[in-house]
Amino acid sequence: MASVAPEIDNTAEIPGRRAELITGGLGFTGVTDTVAAVWERPQPPRAWYIAFGISLTLLGILGAMILYLIVNGVGVWGLNNPTAWGFDITNFVFWVGIGHAGTLISAILFLFRQKWRTSINRFAEAMTIFAVMCAGLFPGIHVGRIWLAYWLAPLPNQMAMWPNFRSPLLWDVFAVGTYFMVSLLFWYVGMIPDLATFRDRATSRTKQIIYGLLALGWNGSSRHWHRFERAYLLLAALATPLVLSVHSVVSFDFAVSQLPGWHTTIFPPYFVAGAIFGGFAMVLTLAIPARELFGLKNIITLRHLENCCKIVLVTGLMVGYAYLMEFFMAWYSGSPYEGFIFRARAGGPYAWAYWTMILCNVGASQLFWFKRARTNVWLMLAVAMAVNVGMWFERFVIIVTSLSQDFLPSSWDFYRPTLVEILTLAGSFGLFFTLFLLFCRFLPMVAMAEVKTVLPQAALTAERHPHEHVPPTRAFDYNPDEHEPPAS
Amino acid sequence: MDVAAHTGTVANPPRLAALLAEFASPGALVTAAEQVRDAGYTRWDTHTPFPVHGIDAAMDIRRTRLPWVVLIGGTLGCLAGLLMQWWMNAAGPEQFRWVPTFLQGYDFVISGKPTFSLPANIPVVFELTVLLAALAAVIGMLAMNNLPRHHDALFSVPRFRRVTTDRFFLRIDAHDPRFDTQRTAEFLSSLGAVAIERVETEEAPARWPRPLVVTLVVLAALALFPPLVVAKARLSKSPKPRIALIQDMDNQERYKAQQANTAFLDGRAMRVPPAGTIARGEWRDDAHYYRGQVAGDWALTFPPQIRVDRALLARGQERFGVYCAPCHGLGGAGDGLVHQRALQRDTPGWVQPTSLHDPLARGRPVGHLFNTITNGIRSMPPYGDQIPPADRWAIVAYVRALQLSQDARLEDVPPDRRAELR
Repeated sequence: MASVAPEIDNTAEIPGRRAELITGGLGFTGVTDTVAAVWERPQPPRAWYIAFGISLTLLGILGAMILYLIVNGVGVWGLNNPTAWGFDITNFVFWVGIGHAGTLISAILFLFRQKWRTSINRFAEAMTIFAVMCAGLFPGIHVGRIWLAYWLAPLPNQMAMWPNFRSPLLWDVFAVGTYFMVSLLFWYVGMIPDLATFRDRATSRTKQIIYGLLALGWNGSSRHWHRFERAYLLLAALATPLVLSVHSVVSFDFAVSQLPGWHTTIFPPYFVAGAIFGGFAMVLTLAIPARELFGLKNIITLRHLENCCKIVLVTGLMVGYAYLMEFFMAWYSGSPYEGFIFRARAGGPYAWAYWTMILCNVGASQLFWFKRARTNVWLMLAVAMAVNVGMWFERFVIIVTSLSQDFLPSSWDFYRPTLVEILTLAGSFGLFFTLFLLFCRFLPMVAMAEVKTVLPQAALTAERHPHEHVPPTRAFDYNPDEHEPPAS
Repeated sequence: MDVAAHTGTVANPPRLAALLAEFASPGALVTAAEQVRDAGYTRWDTHTPFPVHGIDAAMDIRRTRLPWVVLIGGTLGCLAGLLMQWWMNAAGPEQFRWVPTFLQGYDFVISGKPTFSLPANIPVVFELTVLLAALAAVIGMLAMNNLPRHHDALFSVPRFRRVTTDRFFLRIDAHDPRFDTQRTAEFLSSLGAVAIERVETEEAPARWPRPLVVTLVVLAALALFPPLVVAKARLSKSPKPRIALIQDMDNQERYKAQQANTAFLDGRAMRVPPAGTIARGEWRDDAHYYRGQVAGDWALTFPPQIRVDRALLARGQERFGVYCAPCHGLGGAGDGLVHQRALQRDTPGWVQPTSLHDPLARGRPVGHLFNTITNGIRSMPPYGDQIPPADRWAIVAYVRALQLSQDARLEDVPPDRRAELR
């Protein structure tokens, strides 16, 4: 972390001249050398070991907590009537939301031809997959009889017992399951050429066999690349509506119910915006230490981070708008129950959670109006951490305030998590970071092949028409005609 | 421009598979590709570390048909999603009796909603459409690219390892109709190649290592065991209790009331209540009503709760018919059906039930009769558990009436009814 590598500021917007996306004059070789160095160095940095040790400890705690839960039943959590969902579903929605930024970067920004995505898409996609794994864990363990969790799937059985397809909870199973599968495919397919790079640079026979198997015999054929690119584009086009559908379906878990504070049509867009907001904060949380630690500052430049900050600012404003709109609708609906629950959110027993959420989500992200905040890694990290906390509290506030004060005042109760729930949440971070640290060490962290396509050297003009004048840097953010062969 | 040869094994003379030309930049490769295309070669390819745009036109690569594969996949997903939800939630078993039980649908009405309603089915249909389309894109891409293919003659060229980093290669296959080792090599050099390599293939492709094959065969054989065990368990019957890995409260560890239990001195699992324990609602303080006693003697009168009237006698008659008449007979002479049956069968040791008109019985106080019904007498069993106290008193009243009827004088009959006796 305490690296003293110089920070190159490529965030300036100079009219008529595009900023470099990859700094340090890295060419094709330089990009591969820089990225592969993370994997090729004999020992990872000491900070990696420390982080890995902490993550592994937390993962062990997660395992112990789940075992304790299975042996004793869900009574070890603080859930009861009326608050039947607490930390479990809060964590589920939180982690699913984190994943969405990865898909936004890899699919939506790809369709919009935002070239800066190439530096961060690989690890953002990894983040997606690990976050969805953490998310999938919670509904799986909160079902009570965990050994019967497979009943969620439509499996033939002698009881002719099938899932109820009219329930949003079942839509969730399909949405999150599909999301995980498609994200995994997208991630793996994009990684095949880079796994082939590792195979070809492997120094030991074992590595060669492992990466050779994973690379599927990729040999860089242009005919292969042609179909590969088409498949990648199609996957991006499929993943884009998918990612919007996933958090919409997650929001249906609440919106389709009748509970005040949940039964609202704003939930799908509000949840999607919040997911991207929280996800980008997590991208920053991961990217800032990773680029320092693994010497990727020339590939994940300050400009990439600044772009992420801008998205955090915009989605933060959307989330703030949704918070206001919820109050407006509570008032405009004229429903006394809606009105009550929103007054209770801001001034009831969970007001502390509500105002933490407002401060962290709406308040902290406003710092990004200032360029100084968008280019200072410490400030970025601070805001990102605040947003991570705030987005967790957002889900907590939605779930717990509505449940704990439902229609029947005699059954109201103050939900209090047990130590087991708190440790399970901490443990899920252990799972996430363990997987992420392993990924950093053993898999290509940056999409090397994709980064090369945005390098100025990838443009054909220089070699093909050596007498023409070519601007020295052409790694543009966006230039639709760049790859078209010049008219002859 | 050197033409280097990589020698294979002596036993298996290598065969020339292709010529490989290396270029330093994507631009040089595209220019070379255009000339190879124009020279009329058909079996050739370029290999690059990233997709070089413009190479498709230079190589005349036809647009892939992959999107159609994806369309088919997505359509299948959509239809499968619809069919699945209709079958599992809307197709009742009664229309499809020929389907085996484990595949039958179940039209279960939930919250009064229709069993099949498109709006509720859209999310799952959408997700399955995306899932199958994505799978079709990936599997279709790999299949069309003939991947995975781990054995490729190109990989034996050390220089080719940089194709995934920073070098650009053009390969012309030896089985191209226009291929000629010498002329093609010269042609490639003329295109500005940095280096030209021979790609050679061995006649016998590399075989799988023997330990790996043995391990895989053993693992495959072992993998057959679990399904075989499952199949055997499903097809056979056993008198033993089923193996429940997780109890699910089916079998609970506890003693049943009549089991033996060495933990207690009396060896019984069930505990008897301490002497003098009275259950709720069983507090019976009123000796006259509950036991037929007044000051320790048999009561001579009915208890105050019992009002002797026609209704009581009618009730007593009806109960007498149920509980008493089988032995004592409807007339109370001790000649009930049980007795007659016993005589028919010559039951040894049979004692005729007492006639209620016996002077002894006639002389008993009502309290004694009540006690006899409650606790039994001689060979008569107790009826206290079967007949509530009020009914017992009703029977006593009826028995008294019965006794009176069999030993009455004319004066006992009301004057207006005497005529009926004649």
